[in-house]
Amino acid sequence: MNKRLIVPAACAVALAMLPLLPTPQFWITLLNYVGLYSLVAMGLVLLTGVGGLTSFGQAAFVGIGAYSTAYLSATLGLSPWLGLAAGLAITALCAALIGLVTMRMSGHFLPLATIAWGLALYYLFGNLEFLGKYDGITGLPPIDLLGWDLASGRDIYYLIWASVLLAALALHNLLNSRPGRAIRALKGGGTMAEAMGVDTAWTKLTIFVLAALLASWSGWLQAHLQRAVNPTPFSVNYGIEYLFMAVIGGIGHIWGAVLGAGVLTVLKDALQGAIPRLTGVSGHFEIIIFGLLLVLLLQYARDGLWGALRKLLPAPEPARAPAGAPALPKRKKPRHGELILDVREVRKEFGGLVAVNDVSFQVRAGEIVGLIGPNGAGKSTTFNLVTGVLPATRGEVEYRGEPLRGLPSREIARRGIGRTFQHVQLLPAMTVLENVAIGAHLRGDFRPRGGLLASILRLNRAEEAKLLSEAARQLERVGLGEHMYKEAGSLALGQQRILEIARALCCDPALLLLDEPAAGLRYREKQALAELLDKLRAEGMSVLLVEHDMDFVMNLTDRLVVMEFGTRIAEGRPAEVRADPAVIEAYLGGVE
Amino acid sequence: MDLTVAAMLVQDGIASGAVYVLMALALVLVFAVTRIIFIPQGEFVVFGAFTLSALQGGQWPHAATLLVAMGALVFIAETCATLRNPDLRRRAGRGLAWHAGKYLAFPWAVYLLAAAATGQALPMPAQVALTLLIVAPMGPFLYRLAYEPLAEASTLVLLIASVGVHLVLLGLGLVMFGAEGVRTQPFSGADFALGELQVSAQSLWVVGVSAAMVGGLYLYFEHSLSGKALRATAVNRRGARLVGIGTAQAGKLAFTLVALIGTLCGILIAPISTVYYDSGFLICLKGFVGAIVGALVSYPMAAGGALLVAMLESFSAFYASAFKEVIVFTLIIPVLLWRSLAGAHGADEE
Repeated sequence: MNKRLIVPAACAVALAMLPLLPTPQFWITLLNYVGLYSLVAMGLVLLTGVGGLTSFGQAAFVGIGAYSTAYLSATLGLSPWLGLAAGLAITALCAALIGLVTMRMSGHFLPLATIAWGLALYYLFGNLEFLGKYDGITGLPPIDLLGWDLASGRDIYYLIWASVLLAALALHNLLNSRPGRAIRALKGGGTMAEAMGVDTAWTKLTIFVLAALLASWSGWLQAHLQRAVNPTPFSVNYGIEYLFMAVIGGIGHIWGAVLGAGVLTVLKDALQGAIPRLTGVSGHFEIIIFGLLLVLLLQYARDGLWGALRKLLPAPEPARAPAGAPALPKRKKPRHGELILDVREVRKEFGGLVAVNDVSFQVRAGEIVGLIGPNGAGKSTTFNLVTGVLPATRGEVEYRGEPLRGLPSREIARRGIGRTFQHVQLLPAMTVLENVAIGAHLRGDFRPRGGLLASILRLNRAEEAKLLSEAARQLERVGLGEHMYKEAGSLALGQQRILEIARALCCDPALLLLDEPAAGLRYREKQALAELLDKLRAEGMSVLLVEHDMDFVMNLTDRLVVMEFGTRIAEGRPAEVRADPAVIEAYLGGVE
Repeated sequence: MDLTVAAMLVQDGIASGAVYVLMALALVLVFAVTRIIFIPQGEFVVFGAFTLSALQGGQWPHAATLLVAMGALVFIAETCATLRNPDLRRRAGRGLAWHAGKYLAFPWAVYLLAAAATGQALPMPAQVALTLLIVAPMGPFLYRLAYEPLAEASTLVLLIASVGVHLVLLGLGLVMFGAEGVRTQPFSGADFALGELQVSAQSLWVVGVSAAMVGGLYLYFEHSLSGKALRATAVNRRGARLVGIGTAQAGKLAFTLVALIGTLCGILIAPISTVYYDSGFLICLKGFVGAIVGALVSYPMAAGGALLVAMLESFSAFYASAFKEVIVFTLIIPVLLWRSLAGAHGADEE
């Protein structure tokens, strides 16, 4: 048996045996709640730990799940399973609405909106006549699972923990897939993900809805465990506690959610018993300790308990690139010498400042063009106009005869322009291979936004094999093959820049845009980079690069475009440009 | 609805609106300078109200004890920081004396003052001044203890930390003040009639003090060097640091202002409505809804938003009192939708 599986298998067996052994009822009840809270906290791991968003309103989604089934099963006498379906549907609708109004704004609006929404919903539950006001609804029937009546805590225990394990498996599958890599890329800043073709707003919305659905599922179970609902467990305070569980456990780890839920539930129970015994006063004083713990954890151990525990366990096996997977289809490449990028009189004004002043230049297939100029010449701004990061004030950029104006960067990537970044943007904790596979986001078997369900159900094996072997192929192509399974953060800067080129190559580009690829590199690294670009050109790739380093561009490029103060001052072959008096003036200052 | 009722509701709305406006301005201020979403702001309102009430009732203001305790913790934190840093260690003698003065001697001085004042029948202005002196210094202390070690963290981490601080202060509030609510004596008991409308002098006080505070803040930010330094930090933290504005100092200053405003809000509303140990959160969040209308950046927009929230609250309290909170907090969804469509704040995180 695989050594890695021993610990999880032992845990699973122990979990399954507990209700059969004469375990005290108290422990079963406690474990039931740990399971319920774990489900909600897992959603927050996906949302906060992986996606970099957060919500204080998860308790409200738990409430929707609980009240939907309570109303349908207790008041209307329908099946709890209908209640589950209704709860999930209403939750998805609400989450999508809240997500839609906040996703385009910066990150802190979502948590604020969820606080307000959590409060509003709590008061709504407490004031609606048909939901029993603050008394809630009682007399819920037990869940009937194919004839098995889950009336006792020991019975529903199995459903709860099966849900937890399934949710963990689903999240694990999701995160190790094409959409999962897009979700993980959110944290690296939206610009990189968008440049790889990821629709970041859509991705954020998806994880918010998924997290809400997990919470709603937990609410359904909770309602049928307690056989009654009232508004209290769905208030914002509980929403805060869920987030707290995820932070204690380790906000970046799926199992951290379970650990955090367990620790907090036991701790809360212990403190609620111990504090009044010690002080003789009652009241929920445990919140003082929780608050202190939360702040101290953020200050000293942001990785949580699981982060510490994980070091003791064997490291998980990194995703491997399978041998013999079919190659991805390639787009038709332009013929050598064909005009592929035509920049015509683009202009960018920031208020009164003209950063790019009617600049024109062209790139033809199979050539390397350098865009150079002193600091502040507008090179990077021009670059951003071509990649769609900034909208141009005026002018036209055409790629293979198609105007790019107004297109977001993910659409530009889809048309076959790959790019790298001046400040390396990769996910340091992910392997080199997975980082590069993000570049192939648009080349999966499913729609770029889709494939979510298939990934959760592991129906994406063919897609994964193709994408990972494409990533491996591009890594071999750029000479990083031997580092494939290392953490990307462990590479030297020069290798990280090459990794970015491999990632850009993964979207099957006809044009590569490189933003200061040689910045910060040592001499040997620059040589290796120049050799690589030379090799790519020989294979028919066109490259536009923004660069500072004169030696680097002089020996490598076919043509140079020189900018100063936002204006193009020279263009031509490197030797011509070097002799141009205007360029000498710009770089060395005029001769007095 | 007849005109009298409408006028009453408007009056109520303006009075609580004046408080929300102050809350909203404080929240925008602290967010702009430190990127912290300061949820514990509401606890300062509570501390202010209970401290004033204790002083009026001749009881010991527990917040003074808390101030001494927090000062001691800050002193320990500063001492550790001094001893760990070789540069500071060389000048440890002078540095520690300065810290001892700020974090040990000053809170004790306030404590002794409070002890001397307890049981005395102080005039109202002295009570208010003492309340501010006891509660407001907790702002910078809190910043030093909870937030300064996290200063470079993301907005999200700071927000989660804020929730932690809120829980601690809420729990301490329960320990210090108990579950009973308080109401303090009004600044002036007079009510007078304006036509058919009864105007309470306390509402006028609230509006007046609030307006004076807004005016004071305006002058401070426009015409004083430290106000300008705060604004510079808000615009660009790194740039501010390069020209010699310490971001930690700016943070402490912002927290002093915010704590001062929070305490003042507590003093203003305690005569109009009963304050409980947990009332702060809702008051703060209503300020927030207002601040969000201004998308956390614009002071006048935030103030307008806060007034809108108060009016909505006042009128929904009359028409559908059970759903008052539902209506106020649901307002945030259309507001966010509007802000999102206006696209004022792009997707640029951090």
